[in-house]
Parts: sequence; structure tokens; C-alpha cells
Amino acid sequence: MTTVKEDRLYAKTHEWVEVEGNVAAIGITDFAQDQLGDLVYAEAEPVDIDVEIDDLVGSVESVKMASDLYSPVAGKIIESNESIEDAPEQINEDAFGTWFVKIEMSDPSQLDGLMDAEAYKKFCEEESA
Amino acid sequence: MTMLKDTPLIFTKGSKSFKSSYIRPLDVEMPDLAAYYGDSYRAELPDMPNVDEITAIRHYTNLSNKNFSVEVGTYPLGSCTMKYNPKVNEDMAALPGFANLHPYQACETVQGSLELLHDLELQLNDLTGMDAFTFQPAAGAHGELTGILLIKAYHEDKGHTKRDTIIIPDAAHGTNPATAAMAGYKVREVKSNEHGLVDLDALAEVLGDDVAGLMLTNPNTLGLFDCNIDRITQMVHDCGGLCYYDGANLNPIMMQARPGDMGFDCVHLNVHKSLSTPHGGGGPGAGPVGCKDFLEKYLPRPVVVKEDDGYTLDYDRPHSLGMMRSFIGSFGVLVRTYAYMLRNGVEGLKEVSEGAVANARYIMERVKDYYHLAYDEDCMHEFVISSAWQKEKYGIDTNDIAKRLIDYGFHPPTVYFPLIVHEAMMIEPTETETWRDLDALAQALIDIAKECESNPELVKGAPHGTPIARPDETRAAKDQILTCTD
Repeated sequence: MTTVKEDRLYAKTHEWVEVEGNVAAIGITDFAQDQLGDLVYAEAEPVDIDVEIDDLVGSVESVKMASDLYSPVAGKIIESNESIEDAPEQINEDAFGTWFVKIEMSDPSQLDGLMDAEAYKKFCEEESA
Repeated sequence: MTMLKDTPLIFTKGSKSFKSSYIRPLDVEMPDLAAYYGDSYRAELPDMPNVDEITAIRHYTNLSNKNFSVEVGTYPLGSCTMKYNPKVNEDMAALPGFANLHPYQACETVQGSLELLHDLELQLNDLTGMDAFTFQPAAGAHGELTGILLIKAYHEDKGHTKRDTIIIPDAAHGTNPATAAMAGYKVREVKSNEHGLVDLDALAEVLGDDVAGLMLTNPNTLGLFDCNIDRITQMVHDCGGLCYYDGANLNPIMMQARPGDMGFDCVHLNVHKSLSTPHGGGGPGAGPVGCKDFLEKYLPRPVVVKEDDGYTLDYDRPHSLGMMRSFIGSFGVLVRTYAYMLRNGVEGLKEVSEGAVANARYIMERVKDYYHLAYDEDCMHEFVISSAWQKEKYGIDTNDIAKRLIDYGFHPPTVYFPLIVHEAMMIEPTETETWRDLDALAQALIDIAKECESNPELVKGAPHGTPIARPDETRAAKDQILTCTD
């Protein structure tokens, strides 16, 4: 079984969000990396880009499929994790420890639209049913 | 057993000292090649495998023995329609009058071939409910691009500058969004409902005055016929968009239902699927594109036209979107298409489709107690099962089961597609498999399901009867070595 972390918020498209003050770190969940399988490529969007909800903030590719990461919040990308490009396998090894981008949120109340750990667990169960 | 033995690279088999005896030594004076060729002369020989003739022949014959094709065994690769292609297609394409044509020949010297193309166009119009066809596209995806460029040419001609988005269902073939993006469009996804069909409410939400068109295949990639298709195309037309039919799944509906009657404006056909021309192999393909009257003037040029004194190629088409490739298309492939259509006729094509559906349903019914059926609906030419039960109980995934099928002598089905089904296996037997073949495939799937319970390690370690069992796909994608080193 894949793990879910209590201290994160979750989007339906399987991104996790870790909030620290006004900044949201975004990555993909353990469930998502398990569904994708071994990643062969990953990239994060560069810094200084303004994003709206559902804008592209990164992408991943495995031997099975390619998938995009969508921003669950609006704001500006202030940090971009370039190390995932050279070593996408770290996402398979530690999905919750590998963020793609950090976004300075323009409207933190948008976080209310996301799921907590409990709701996300249930969501994954329904998805795999 | 050549299958079990790995074949070393041909580069490792030669020797530098070997001298071919095939070409006898010169008994006249060697001319001065360097003087003759000037700058083009290479003083050193290229690093080619230096082997004798029989070593080269054995090498490639042994390699060819490792190929799996529909002429070796059942090939239920979903969405690919791996039917057997009758040899009469090849006989017709090899007729000297067809095979020895040159694309620069004057039209009056190739009247029979132009007549064939003209008649093929009429037949494809009948098959699809379209009004005109182009034969230029060189393959299915190339046909998709041509179809979407037709829609684009139409909107540009009408001054619809705001329409920059193509709607694509979440179950679509991956080529659909790729095509739309390549044509310069944005892609907006529409969700499937619980029956695996387009969700009409979700469709209504994504439609708007920025929509250029919809790309859809029916039956869809789950093998399900979308019975709301007339409402779907009507909704798209009402918002000012056009409808494009992805012809990849035409095999179960030939002479039964027509994209034109469903409300589609243009369509591409994968003649290597439904209409029995060779799959791939690196040779030329064909992806004819048909359209309704109002799009005809945008078709690539040239087109075959019939005039009082015979057939000719018309290049003078001011609204044409241009040329998608050289000349008229892959003529030899189109001869095979024509031969297949004539051999079958209307009734025959109807039976082809009925056979494709019956064969798929037979296997689905036989295996559905052993594998999770993603959508328990009447399928058309293919169906999607999943290894969800096996994964949960025994940790065996779709990849393991697909690999185990190789040991039973079958080509694996399409796996992990469509993306909306986890651990998907997409099975399409086609109409050309016999009842015995179908039974053997169903039985193999059942036996493997039982092995998952009785001997899971056997399945996890499959295949056991091939030279290489599990190539490292991840490393192959990340760490590519594309040159031969000794």
C-alpha cells in the first residue's frame, strides 16, 4: 500500500501541497508515483513564472506514460527543483520528500478547495476500485 | 531452438583479416580511384562488419526467427487491429503495371492507376459517409494531422480567429492531443462517465466559442460504442466547432455505421488496421483522409479528377492547405486497400465487422470471471480487462501477466492503456482468428490467472522462454547507448 502524509493537502490530480507561511511546496503523491512506475524523466517549471490554478508547474514521464503537474494554487514560482531532472528516481524513492516547485501564494484561501489526508486516502481507494 | 539463443551483434562475428571470396581479385590493373573520385575518395574503409556471406545470411535469418508477427501466432494487441492480410493484396500490388510506375509519368500513361484511385475514393466515401478523400497522408497519425489542418484551414478561411482549442475525451488515443498540439491548438479534456462514454454534462461545460473542434473515436478505446454520438456531434456543431473522427477503431462498424451519418465532418482511416495493408515495417503507409463537401476545397493537392477525356491530377486548388508529402501518396499501399475492399464487397466488409465483434465478445465472456472487467458493457472489437485483482491479492501486475502470455506463444495485448483504467490490458483478437485460436488465447489467460494463485513467482519471473526476459526499460530510456562498441 502507498502512504499518505498527514501534514499535507491534496489535489484530485494527485499533487501534494506543503504549506509554510505564504509558500506552498508542490510535488506528486506516493500513489501517483506508484501508478506511474519508474520515472525516466521529470522537470519543474522555472522560477519567476506567475501561475493560476491548474497551470502547468512540472511534468513526469515513466516507461508507461507521461503526465503533467498542475498548480493547485495561484501565485508566483519562487523556487524550482532542478535536481529532479538529473535524478528522477528520487521521486519514486521519496515522493513526499521531493518537491517540484515552491509557489508564493497570491490567495491562500484557495487551499480550502484541497483535500486533507483522510479525504485523499478515500479518494485513492475509489480511484483504484 | 533459435528462440532461446541470444544473437550476438554482427560486428562481433567478423574479422579484420577476412577477405570476401564472393568478388574475385581483379585480373586487370587497379585504376587510381583517388584521382578519379577526388575529394569524395575515402582512404580508409568504414568500420563495417567484415563477414562472409553465409555468416551474414545466418545472422539475419536467426534474427528474423525471433520476430513475432500475425503469421506466427495470435496477436491481440488492442487498438492495433492486427488482422491477417490476405496474400491476394500482395499479388495485386505486385502486378507490373502498378509496381513499375514512376511518380513523374504523364497522366495519360497511368490512366488505370488513376481510375483505381478515383474508384477507391468513391468506395471510401461509401464506407465512411464522406464526400471526398485525399490519399496523401503517409500514415495514420499523418492523417490525423491532415484532418485537423483541414479544420484549421476552414476556420482561418472563415475568419474564426478566436477558435484555438480542440476537445478530446480522456479515453482518446495519445496521438489525438499530440496532433492537436502539433497543429497549434490547445487541448481541453472531456471526462468519461461511469459507462466509459463521453459525459454529456462535462462536454457541455467544456464547449464554448473558443472551440475549433472535437476529436473522437467511436467505438472508443474501451471498445464501447458511444450511442450518444449524434448528440455529441450536434452539441459541438451548435457551438460552432467541427467534428473529427479518428478512424483507428473502424474495424467493428464497417458497412454497419458511418462516421458521416454520426455527424462527423472529416475522418482519417488507418488502412493498415481495418483495410488490411501491412503494419509498419518501416515501409510506406497510408492514412487517407475524408471530408464532407464544405471541406473539400481545403484538401491537400493534387487530387484525382475525372474529365471527359480521362483522369488527371489537379494541382490548381487555391484553397488547398498545401501538400502533406510528395506526389499522390503511397500508391502500392492503396492498391492493397482497393484489393481488400473489392475482394470483400459490401457484404464481406459487413461480415468482417461482425466477426471482429463476435470474437472479442467471446473472449471477454470467457475471461471475465478471472480478471476485473473495467466496464461490464457489451464490447465491440476490443475490451479492457485489468489485473487489479491479481495486483491486490498476489502483487502481480499487468506487466507480469503480459510477459507470461509470451511463454504461452501469444503476443501480449496492449498494456497500461487506456490511461483511465488502472493495470489495463486491452485485447483485440480481430476477425481473422479461428475459433481454435480464440479458445487457446482465452484458456491461456485463464491458466495464467490460476498460476497467479498457485505459483505467483512463475508469473513474476516470466517470460521463461525468450533470450532476454526483462529488459531494463527504465535504464533503456534514461541511459541510451546508440553506437556499437566492441
